[in-house]
Amino acid sequence: MTTTTPSRPSRQTPKPFRFDAAAIRRDFPLLQQQMRGKPLAYLDNAATSQKPQAVIAAIARYYNSLNANIHRGVYELSADATEAYEKARSKAAQFIGAYDPREIIFVRGATEAINLVASSWGFISIKPGDEIIVSALEHHSNIVPWQMVCQRQGAVLKVIPMNDAGELDLDAYAKLLNYRTRMVAVTHISNALGTINDVERITTMAHDAGAKVLIDGAQSVPHLAVDVKALGCDFFVFSGHKVFGPTGIGVLWARAQLLEAMPPYQGGGDMIASVTFEKTTYNVIPAKFEAGTPHIAGAIALASAFDYVNNIGFDAIAAQERDLLDYATQELSRVSGLKILGTAAHKAAVISFNLDGVHPHDVGTILDGEGVAVRTGHHCCQPVMDRLNVPATVRASFAFYNTRDDVDRLVAALGRVKEVFG
Amino acid sequence: MSDLRELYQEVILDHSKHPRNSRALPAANHHADGHNPLCGDRLKLYVQVDNGVISDIGFTGAGCAISTASASMMTEALKGKTIAEAEATFQRFHHMLTGAPDEQPPEEEVEALGKLGAFAGVREFPVRVKCATLAWHTLQAALKDQPAPASTE
Repeated sequence: MTTTTPSRPSRQTPKPFRFDAAAIRRDFPLLQQQMRGKPLAYLDNAATSQKPQAVIAAIARYYNSLNANIHRGVYELSADATEAYEKARSKAAQFIGAYDPREIIFVRGATEAINLVASSWGFISIKPGDEIIVSALEHHSNIVPWQMVCQRQGAVLKVIPMNDAGELDLDAYAKLLNYRTRMVAVTHISNALGTINDVERITTMAHDAGAKVLIDGAQSVPHLAVDVKALGCDFFVFSGHKVFGPTGIGVLWARAQLLEAMPPYQGGGDMIASVTFEKTTYNVIPAKFEAGTPHIAGAIALASAFDYVNNIGFDAIAAQERDLLDYATQELSRVSGLKILGTAAHKAAVISFNLDGVHPHDVGTILDGEGVAVRTGHHCCQPVMDRLNVPATVRASFAFYNTRDDVDRLVAALGRVKEVFG
Repeated sequence: MSDLRELYQEVILDHSKHPRNSRALPAANHHADGHNPLCGDRLKLYVQVDNGVISDIGFTGAGCAISTASASMMTEALKGKTIAEAEATFQRFHHMLTGAPDEQPPEEEVEALGKLGAFAGVREFPVRVKCATLAWHTLQAALKDQPAPASTE
């Protein structure tokens, strides 16, 4: 299911890596913090990840010694900042198996990336009567931009249904595909339930029908080695802050040919070749899609996050998270009255659950009192909640820096919930 | 944990498990929908007003313990009260919840609210204030016959 790239430079020579959770945790200053007088058990990684010291230092280093606007100054500082920013672009390309850095557009996050594609690609590609397919598992950010396109251009939104376990029904998907399908936009991993979708197969089926494919990689990039070439998709998006980088920076990857055909998303500086009041000609990619001064520090620090993750390696990360998922599933299953929602065969380390008779928000408040940070609510996936017939869930989502101790803390804190609610 | 006991007082837990006036009043002359978009809680409130007095009041909907107990205790507190009294109670209740989290609300204020004073502990949990006020915002919408659902946002 997960894809690896033997030819990726950073993973050509996998270092022997013994997973030392304590050492890794020391890299994350925030994890040393106490919350409400107790050590923090941070289990909300699907919402955002904590940052290693290397990433925090990269931001400080940029503002301390490298800050200048890019792509314009003739002075050395500007040239150095430009070089660091463009190097970050190359690293982003490598990180997801894209070999051409021109195919990397820096954006604010996955949400902006999807909006960019929906708006720009959608503008030239979607005609009245066309169909766009999303899945029942999507985050609102991979639903609403497509609804907006449909509304604006008279297209129709179709939804791949899911079963009770939270797995997409690919037979139903096959029936949705037809000559009117222009785009299939699906998430790689469900943020609400942890389902890992078979995006290679979804992509192949879409391509057979002549449709383009956008993969929302916000939840996959932090947890498994992604290779966009192997996935075969046309667009891939993710947010930097979920992969241990800063907020406000993210990546859109798309095939150069597509980007070249697409009109600009925003107008402004840097995205032009020449401007007169009569006519403006646009810059080449990727600059065409990066109007205005970008989040330079963010891009550079995101590259540090890629280095950090690559240094640990996805084999080690996957093994650690597999252990956490198995252990947490086993321990939570023993809690009476607890029901896990989302039991897909292929799952990431995300566990949504509900406790009989106690609303998720009350669970969340009591867990917080025990220093355990989880997400409660609809996880920006109201259609998933409606499908499962619950108003909300409690969600524990793990990263490689979590430990079995965090799981034990969660289970113990659920005991406190039961004490309060009897 | 002392904070948590402040939040989940016995009376609040009791009302959340056994909500009073939890029933639809289809013939009521005022009603409104309430929605907390953050947590998805939804509430439907029915108010029968006769000669400026709330003669009957009921609610339906599902929410967390705080929002359910708040709706239940609000209906209990307001039955038989005038619109002006209900408005004054809301102002006092709202004031009690939205003061600085690290300051205690004035004792006389909490006392004046009677049983509703049990919600004073919510003040220390700013993210939960909306749970406690959803029913009250919905009441305002109902009394004003607002067509759009009341929202905590």
